[in-house]
Amino acid sequence: MTALRVDPAAEARADVTEEEIRRALDSVFDPELDEPITDLGFVRSLTVQTGVDGTRVEVHLRLPTSFCSPNFAYLMASDSKDVISALPAVTQVVVELDDHHDSDLINAGLAADAGYRGTFLHEADDSLEQLRWTFRRKAHTAAMERCLTDLLRSDTSLMATDMGSIRLRDLPAGRNKEALLRRRSALGLPGIGASIVLVNHEGHPYPPDAVPMALRRARSTRISIDGNAHFCRGLLRTRYEGSGSDQSTRSEGAEPSDHHQLLPLIVKEIHP
Amino acid sequence: MYSKDGENYFIVDAHIALWDARPENQRNIPGKQFIDCFYDYHRNLSPDAEQWSYEEFLYQGGQRLMKDLFEDGYVDHAIFQPAYLGAFYKNGFAQVEESYGLAAANPDKLTYNHCYDPRDGEAGLDRLRADHEKMGFKGVKLYTAEWHGESRGYKLSDPWSYRYFEECRKLGIKNIHIHKGPTVRPLDRDAFDVADVDQAASDFTDLNFVVEHVGLPRLEDFCWIATQEPNVHGGLAVAMPFMHTRPRYFAQIIGELIYWIGEDRIQFSSDYAIWSPRWLIERFVDFQIPEDMTEYAPLTTAQKKKILGLNAAKMYDIPVPAELQLPGAGETKTGPRQPERADLAGIR
Repeated sequence: MTALRVDPAAEARADVTEEEIRRALDSVFDPELDEPITDLGFVRSLTVQTGVDGTRVEVHLRLPTSFCSPNFAYLMASDSKDVISALPAVTQVVVELDDHHDSDLINAGLAADAGYRGTFLHEADDSLEQLRWTFRRKAHTAAMERCLTDLLRSDTSLMATDMGSIRLRDLPAGRNKEALLRRRSALGLPGIGASIVLVNHEGHPYPPDAVPMALRRARSTRISIDGNAHFCRGLLRTRYEGSGSDQSTRSEGAEPSDHHQLLPLIVKEIHP
Repeated sequence: MYSKDGENYFIVDAHIALWDARPENQRNIPGKQFIDCFYDYHRNLSPDAEQWSYEEFLYQGGQRLMKDLFEDGYVDHAIFQPAYLGAFYKNGFAQVEESYGLAAANPDKLTYNHCYDPRDGEAGLDRLRADHEKMGFKGVKLYTAEWHGESRGYKLSDPWSYRYFEECRKLGIKNIHIHKGPTVRPLDRDAFDVADVDQAASDFTDLNFVVEHVGLPRLEDFCWIATQEPNVHGGLAVAMPFMHTRPRYFAQIIGELIYWIGEDRIQFSSDYAIWSPRWLIERFVDFQIPEDMTEYAPLTTAQKKKILGLNAAKMYDIPVPAELQLPGAGETKTGPRQPERADLAGIR
């Protein structure tokens, strides 16, 4: 059946939903915590309006503190704008970061599509690519450590020194291995079964006598990322009442208090 | 002093502040955002019984500080680490004159450390000399993300930072406490990175560099540089209260620190007034690494005594009664302290 007349507004409405916007935002990661902003509860609101001029999407982001690093804040906000703009049915996108010390600066930069350098001017040298790579490497290091420590704990015949020759095919299937494969792929490292697991970010394995230390350093990275991820989630819940319901559970490094009953909201205003 | 189970602990709280964040002292919105951020830290990491109202949190005054630390808090000696934040607060965040006055009136209980900003150039050097002549401090607190005109941060490896370290060396200011923050130019890189501390510590081996909150949120970077530099120390400000909310994470932090830098270079701090020392000290003395975390040795009483006071007392020449003193661990000056634990051998 062929429709004789198509209402453009109705067509646009059918083409993009809030759910689709949210799924697009799933691909925006907090680079430091190595998790989607949708899992962290950083998406505060999301509205889709369809009119004769097309579909307008407005997204507000929130962070655990006003003093979260502005470079990470900008990355998440600009990545959000990019992924929504890439949806064919969307004609206008507004992304705003709320309650941050650089909200005005970042929001103006996003509205003008000024880019990183155009937004931060003298505070920006080149780009944020190096920052992304730093945290991709850390995410890979942590993923590698989780897999190898699990292996060590499950097979008591293994020694730490053996960890330098473990290959991807030796790892049991599961969440940790999948995460490692994703992180390897992000660094451009092969995901074939014969690949050595314990490698640096360029894919080079370690000489046998350096293996225990490499694993030990990787452990401190994993502890750090897990600790920050849970602390940031907790701070968001403290800052925004009810935001915990927008967060997914992070099992890595979780402790009982991470799902504690929230304290009542305390209004941070003084009225003399 | 704190006593429990026949053991006596000499307590040095190595990072405290006397601040004024009341609305009348706030210069702008970031001034409010800054104290609100601290208040969320306080609410998020404190036990219910230790929570203060927002109004209490904005300003404490000297009298309350003395009570919280020395009457209720078991502290023998505490060290002011002022963050000035003149861009956010009209009369500064840390109350420099009031802190100095309180320390001058109670020299056996309080040590005043000063603060400076290397971006003040020559004029700041003159002021540092004059301030030092008047106040005679042994240490300074540097907040590298302090806002200053067009600049919102600096590095310890900047040329002007070096000029100031040279001046510190001449004046006998030996202890440099560093607090890393999020806005350091350029924004291209991770602002919390402690690589600049590494460089400064290598070039000024006669100065002590105490990285506050043990480099969090970059514990791993801190451990790696600190293990290689014998003059880099870790301050436990902000890390301590994780004992309450996230004890396993705290165990890992302490375990990593003992492994990478050893028991002689870790300093207890309450970060007063974000937290008060009493409950932190009580809980730390009771704290133990969970049994299933066999990659770390259990904390010994001697280690706890060093962390709670003896290490900072040594750095600041604070007199400690002879019966409470302990010898150094005699560990390697660089590299991991418990290499036998590098391989998770304890699991078996």
